[in-house]
Amino acid sequence: MERLLEVRNLRVSYHTYAGEVQSVRGVSFTLDKGESLAIVGESGCGKTVTSKAIMGLIQTPPGEIKKGSEILFQGKNILEFSKKEWQQYRGAEVSMIFQDPMTSLNPTMKVGLQIAESLMIHRGMSKKEAFKEAVKMLEMVNIPNAESRANQYPHQFSGGMRQRAMIAIALACNPKILIADEPTTALDVTIQAQIIDLMKELQKKLGTSIILITHDLGVVADIAQKLIVMYAGQIVERGNAEELFYNPQHPYTWALLRAVPRLDSEKKEDLISIQGTPPDLIAPPKGCPFASRCQYRMQICDEVPPPVTKISETHEAACWLHHEYAPKVDIPVGRGGVL
Amino acid sequence: MLELNKEKFQILGCEGQNADAIMRPNITYWQDAWRRLKMNKVAMFSMYLLLVIILMCIVGPYLRPYGFEEQFIELANTPPTKEHWFGLDQLGRDIFVRLWKGGRVSIAIGLIATFICTVVGALYGGISGYLGGLVDDVMMRIVEVIVGIPYLIVVILISIVFEKGLFSLILALVLTGWTGIARIVRGQILQLKESEYVLAAQALGADPARIIIKHLIPNTIGIIIVYMSLNIPSYIFAEAFLSFIGLGVQPPNTSWGAMAAFGQQNMDFYPYQLIFPAAAISLTMLAFNLLGDGLRDALDPRLRQ
Amino acid sequence: MTRYLLRRIGYMVLTMWVIITATFFLMNTLPGDPIRNKAKQLPPQIQQNLRKRYGLDKPVHIRYLIYLKNLLHGDLGESIEFPGETANNIIKEKFPASARLGLQAVFFGLIIGLILGILAAFYKNTWIDYLVIFIALVGVSVPSFVVAALIQKYLAGGFFPIVGWPSENVWFSGWRYTVLPTFALSLGSIAIYSRYMKSSVLDVINQDYIMTARAKGVPNVQIVWKHILRNAILPIITILGPQIAGIITGTFVIERIFAIPGLGEYYVASINARDYTMIMATTVFFAFLFILSLLIVDILYGVIDPRIRVTGEKR
Repeated sequence: MERLLEVRNLRVSYHTYAGEVQSVRGVSFTLDKGESLAIVGESGCGKTVTSKAIMGLIQTPPGEIKKGSEILFQGKNILEFSKKEWQQYRGAEVSMIFQDPMTSLNPTMKVGLQIAESLMIHRGMSKKEAFKEAVKMLEMVNIPNAESRANQYPHQFSGGMRQRAMIAIALACNPKILIADEPTTALDVTIQAQIIDLMKELQKKLGTSIILITHDLGVVADIAQKLIVMYAGQIVERGNAEELFYNPQHPYTWALLRAVPRLDSEKKEDLISIQGTPPDLIAPPKGCPFASRCQYRMQICDEVPPPVTKISETHEAACWLHHEYAPKVDIPVGRGGVL
Repeated sequence: MLELNKEKFQILGCEGQNADAIMRPNITYWQDAWRRLKMNKVAMFSMYLLLVIILMCIVGPYLRPYGFEEQFIELANTPPTKEHWFGLDQLGRDIFVRLWKGGRVSIAIGLIATFICTVVGALYGGISGYLGGLVDDVMMRIVEVIVGIPYLIVVILISIVFEKGLFSLILALVLTGWTGIARIVRGQILQLKESEYVLAAQALGADPARIIIKHLIPNTIGIIIVYMSLNIPSYIFAEAFLSFIGLGVQPPNTSWGAMAAFGQQNMDFYPYQLIFPAAAISLTMLAFNLLGDGLRDALDPRLRQ
Repeated sequence: MTRYLLRRIGYMVLTMWVIITATFFLMNTLPGDPIRNKAKQLPPQIQQNLRKRYGLDKPVHIRYLIYLKNLLHGDLGESIEFPGETANNIIKEKFPASARLGLQAVFFGLIIGLILGILAAFYKNTWIDYLVIFIALVGVSVPSFVVAALIQKYLAGGFFPIVGWPSENVWFSGWRYTVLPTFALSLGSIAIYSRYMKSSVLDVINQDYIMTARAKGVPNVQIVWKHILRNAILPIITILGPQIAGIITGTFVIERIFAIPGLGEYYVASINARDYTMIMATTVFFAFLFILSLLIVDILYGVIDPRIRVTGEKR
C-alpha cells in the first residue's frame, strides 16, 4: 500500500479573547492510497480543525499550528510548503467538501464555472475546455441535464444537487485525497444515502482516498474501513470498522454507539444520549477529558491522562479501564453496534 | 513518578460531576445590553458628550446676561472676548447664547421628528406584518410609492403651502421618514411569525399577549432603538441643510443650520461665526452616530455572547 | 426579469403621478392666485389677460387635465416671474452644470468609497483601517456646506479655483473648476460607501464559499476579484439609490456656495421668488430624476445579482 498522508502529533490552537483554545491536542494517523478513513466525534472535538489543517485552511491568526506538528503528504511536510506548492496541492492533490451545500457555493458564479475554475488553475485548460469538462463532471455526479445545469446559479439547485456539485468541484482535478466534512448533515435522510452511495461509487471508480468527518456513526458504517474516534482534541480510540463496531473499547465509543438509532433491533432499546458537554479546551482537564461524563470514571481518571493500550495490531484505545488494576467491565453495547 | 495504587481504580461514575454546570449567571436582555454598552468606551463617551450638549442647550442661554436677539450693533463682528465668549455676529448678537438657543431647535427637531416617525412607522409596519395577506400587500405598495418621493420636494411644497418654519419642517420630515421603520418592523414581525420558537410558544399554549411581550417586543425594540439613534442625527442634518438654503427655521428664531448659513456669508473675514455652529452640528452628529453604533452592537441579540 | 422590470416601471409611473398631482393641488390651494400676488399693481384688464394666458381662468380640474396633457408632451410650462421664459428652456440651460457635478460626485464618491472600504477590510486593525474609519466619521458628521465653506476659505488661491464653472463645452472642459465642488459634494457618500463596503467585505470573507475557493487552490488575487469583491459589492447597490438622492439634494447647497449656475441654485431661487410654475416644473423634473435613478439602481441590481435576475424577487 502506498502511504499518502501521515499526520504526526498535530496540535492546533485558536487564540480568542478568552484565551488559547487548544482545539487539537496531539493527533496522529495515516492514510493509504484508496483507503477511506472516518473521523468521528461530537461538534467541537477538533475533527473539522484537523481536516482544515490538512487542507491548509487554518487562518493565522487566530489559529496556530503548534511547533512539532507534522503533516506529511507523500513524504513531504506540507506545513513547510511554499506558496506555489500550496496552490498545486490544494484542489489538485487534496480537495474538500463542506457541511452546508447552501453556503459553500459562490452565489454569483455559474455552477459550471465554479467547477471549471479549478480545471483552469490546475490543468491550464482554456475556459471553454474547462466548461466542457465541468459538464462531464456534473454528469458523473448524476445531475440530469448537466449541460443546462452548468449554466445555472447555485440558488437554482436543490440542497442535494448542490452537494453533488460540490463533489464535482472537489473531484474535478482527480485529487488523491478527498476530505468530506459532514457532507450529509445538512441534507434530508433519503438524500444522505444518495450522496454516500455516490461517494462510494466514485471512490471505486477513481481510486480516491477519502477522509470522512462526521458525528454520525450510521453514515460511517457504510463507507469507512478505518475509524478514529476523537474527543476534546484527542484520539480516544482507533481501529478498523469491524473492531470498532463489534468490539469497541472506550466508554466514549460505547456512548456514541448507543446514541445511534437502530431499526433492526429485536429488543426495544432506549436511545441513550450522552450526558453533559465536552470540557472547555481553554483549560483542558488534567486527567482523561471524558472523565466528567464517564459512567466508569475512577479516581485515576481525574488525575492522570490515560495511556494508549494496543488491543490488536490496528486497534487502540486510550482508557484506564485497560490497566491491569482496573475492574473488568462488560461492553454495554449490543454486539455489532449499528451494523 | 506517578503513583498508580489500586484504590484509585474504583469506578465512581459521573454522578455529581455536573458536567453541565452553567458557569455564567443568567442575566436579562436589557442587563446584558447595558453591560455591553458600558464596555464600549467610545459609545459611553458619546453618550456623556450628548448629555453635556443637551444640558448646555437647556442652561446655556442663561449663563450669559444677553438675550439671543439682543443686538450690540457697535460690537458687530467682534471675535471672542471675555464678555462675549464666542464673539458676536454681523448683527452684533452674542454667538454663545444663540448657539445654545439654536441647539434647542436643532435637537428638538431631531427628537420630535424621530419620535413621531417611530410611532407611526412601528404601528404601520406592525399592523401590516401582523395582519398579512391583502392588507399587507396594499399597505406595502403605498410605502413603495412614498419611498420614491424625495423628502426635499415634500419639504419645499409644505413650506410653500404652510409657513416656512418648525412646523412645516417636522411635518415634511415625518411624512417621508416613517417608511424606513415601517419596513423594518414589518420584516421583523413577519420573520418572527414564522420563527420556530414563536411556533413552539404557540404550540405550548402561550397566549398571544405573552408572545407579544416575551418575543415580539424584545426582538423588535432593539432594532427600533438602534434605528432611532441613527435617525436623530439624519434629521438634525436635514434641518441644518434646509435652514442653510433658507427653507428651514426663520428669523428671529434660529438653529445651528441657520447660524451656519449666516456665518458662511462672513466666512472670509470672521471664520469663527461659521466654526462654532459647524462644530456644534458636527460634534452632535458624531456623538449620535457613535452612540448609535454602540447601541447596535449592544442590542443586536445575534451578537450576544 | 421582464416582469420585475415592468413592475418597477409601474411603480415609477405611479409615484410620479402621485407627486405631480400632489404638487399641482397643493399649489392650487394657496390663498390668492399667483397673478394677483405678482401683478397687484397692474390694471384689472391686464391681470385678466395674464390669467387667460396662464389658463388660470378655467376651473381647477380642467387645468389639472391640461397640465397632465402638457407634461405628457414634455411641456413643463412658462415662468410667471419672467413671462416668455419656458421651464424647458431653463432646464436645458441650467441642468448640464448640475448633471455634470452630480455625476462626477456619484462616481468619484463610489470609486473612492469602495476602494477605501476594501482597503480597510483587508488591512483591518492597521493604520489604513483607522484612517478610513476617521474619514468615514468626518464624512457623516460634517455637513457638506461646512466642508465647502472650509475648502473655500483655506484652499482659496490654490491650483483649483474656488468659484465658477466652465461655461463652454459644459461636459468636458474646465475640469479644474469642478474638482473642489465635486469633492465637497461626494465626501458624505465616500464615508457611507467605505463603511458599508468594509463590513460587506468582512462579511463575505467569512463565508463558506470563500473557503471552497481556497480549497480549490484558487490564487489569492483571483479569490479577491472573482469571489470576494463581486459578492461584497451587491449589498452596496441597495444604498446607491438613497445616496444618489442625497447627491441631487446636495447640489442645491454646493451650487450656491461655489457659484455654479446650475438648476439646484435656480430651484432655490424660484422658491424664494415664489415663481409657482417654475417651482412646479423643477419639482416634477427633480422628482423624475430621482425616481429614474432609483429605477436604474434597481435594474443594475437585477443585472448583477443572479438571484433576482431569474426569480424577479428580492431575497
